[in-house]
Amino acid sequence: MKLIDHAKVLKQMKSRKASNIFFKLLFMAATTFGLLVLGILLYRVITQGIGYLDFQFLQNLPSRKPEQAGVKTALIGTIWLMGVVAPVTLLLGVGTAIYLEEYARKNRFTRFIQVNISNLAGVPSIVFGLLGLTVFVRALALGTSILAAGFTMSLLVLPIIIVASQEAIKAVPKELREASFGMGATKWQTILNVVLPAAIPGILTGGILALSRAIGETAPLVVLGLPLFLAFLPKSVFDMFTVLPMQIYNWTGRPQEEFQGVAAAGIIVLLTMLIIMNSIAVYIRNKFQKRY
Amino acid sequence: MALQKSSNTFSIQEMIREKKNKKAKKLQIEKIVPFLLLLTAIVSVLTTIGIVFTLIAETFTFFTKVSITEFLTAQKWYPFSETNGAFGILPLISGTLKVSIIAAIVAIPIGLASAIFLSEYATDRTRRTIKPILEVLAGIPTIVYGFFALTFVTPILREVIPSLEIFNALSPGIVIGIMITPMIASLSEDAMSSVPNSMREGALALGATKFEVAIKVVLPAAISGIIASIVLAISRAIGETMIVAVAGGSTPNLNWDVTGSIQTMTAYIVQVSQGDAGYGTTIYYSIYAVGFTLFLFTLIMNLLAQFISRRFREEY
Repeated sequence: MKLIDHAKVLKQMKSRKASNIFFKLLFMAATTFGLLVLGILLYRVITQGIGYLDFQFLQNLPSRKPEQAGVKTALIGTIWLMGVVAPVTLLLGVGTAIYLEEYARKNRFTRFIQVNISNLAGVPSIVFGLLGLTVFVRALALGTSILAAGFTMSLLVLPIIIVASQEAIKAVPKELREASFGMGATKWQTILNVVLPAAIPGILTGGILALSRAIGETAPLVVLGLPLFLAFLPKSVFDMFTVLPMQIYNWTGRPQEEFQGVAAAGIIVLLTMLIIMNSIAVYIRNKFQKRY
Repeated sequence: MALQKSSNTFSIQEMIREKKNKKAKKLQIEKIVPFLLLLTAIVSVLTTIGIVFTLIAETFTFFTKVSITEFLTAQKWYPFSETNGAFGILPLISGTLKVSIIAAIVAIPIGLASAIFLSEYATDRTRRTIKPILEVLAGIPTIVYGFFALTFVTPILREVIPSLEIFNALSPGIVIGIMITPMIASLSEDAMSSVPNSMREGALALGATKFEVAIKVVLPAAISGIIASIVLAISRAIGETMIVAVAGGSTPNLNWDVTGSIQTMTAYIVQVSQGDAGYGTTIYYSIYAVGFTLFLFTLIMNLLAQFISRRFREEY
């Protein structure tokens, strides 16, 4: 008696094997599509913008004439913004992470803070703009200053650095802490001298990623009312300013064809900054990451 | 010891007092530090309270000028008309939905296919190269995608569909889809990778092909994480601002036409913020009412994602 019909099995197997290969290729094509889009995007931006990108472009003030337009005010403004966002987010983010990982008891309040942070990460950036407009620009009367924008952006990227710092602190092994306690160190001394130094690569990586998110964001700043066209440089954190994404947005919206090239040149400058920052983050992660 | 005896400046009592002082100071620091850290942790809670309070308070002011019924049911959004202005949110919601649905249609198949490829077919090395590249795609500023939509995708689409307007729903929808694809791919890949290998091996031993293992074993086992990733990605699409502000236009229309100019909730907020709608006008308050609606949409989606990944998680 034949339990297995070989001919039938072989026939079925053929089609199953064929569909396996077909779908493998299909899935591979889908993955390649993502990479292809990235390639096209970069290629387009570079070919469009390279003609306008020279040393003069970095030094010129914005102008109504495309060939004289430059990113100086926007570039300086972006650096000012980083100067506010970096210390504020590091202080608040690392503080929150230490509290949650080292001090907080496992109770409802702690869980609430944790859930709150993950929900905050899902709030659209433009809503943070509305918060900033009401609280920093109007209520605290900071106007559309670097400080108001910096605070708004800090709140926006706070969840990123909190989560990254928590992961980094969690990864520090218990033995290190116990050794420190065994030497007679207090809890804070242990955190300051043992836990934080061991967690610093992870914290810095998260911090740089948060910062690169902050300098690429446009929507909240539009809501705050940042000027699209500014021909002077800020002198203090209370001054008006503009940033690279705002300047790019302004150029993109202009009807003249030439300004699209200028916008592309601005995008090259912005992407270069982001690539440098991300490379630093990757370098720190690879170089200083200790394995326990 | 000899050194301490020879120095006459410190008597033993003084040394003990000194030591106690230091200890007291130390204890004080130990008590103050957790409190200071708690304060920093509370900032994130205050942010949420600030957002909710701001939106509710200003929306409430808006509803003293425009009735809630008009806001929720009127079919027209003409905020800038002085004589017969209309504040019906539906056209803005339809704009947002059009763009988000197009984005989902683009992103879900490509994102899932990439996730399956990376988790089931790709070698370890391929995965380690491709995943960071996809994450780079997710880290590109949205204004760059907006530029890409307006100057590259729209002209190409207009070659194919001649009736397409310069500002339309199709082009930003597709580009937002491209933007959220890495998110679906990356999060779904995480969910699928955490399915234990023993399940795959069991199916393979029964004679299943890799494709059958992926579709009939891994996908059902990871479904909670996959659906959660899709919901989160769509929530991102709903809140996306600059791509639609650049390439979507500024004509709120209540219809399902994707070739014409639209306006989303986010793009409306941008339009008003750029103009000089004076503080205290109805238009000024309207951006908070629209922002509040947007906030509710994304909040519900995010809570839904959390619920799905908790409720339907399969533990191994």
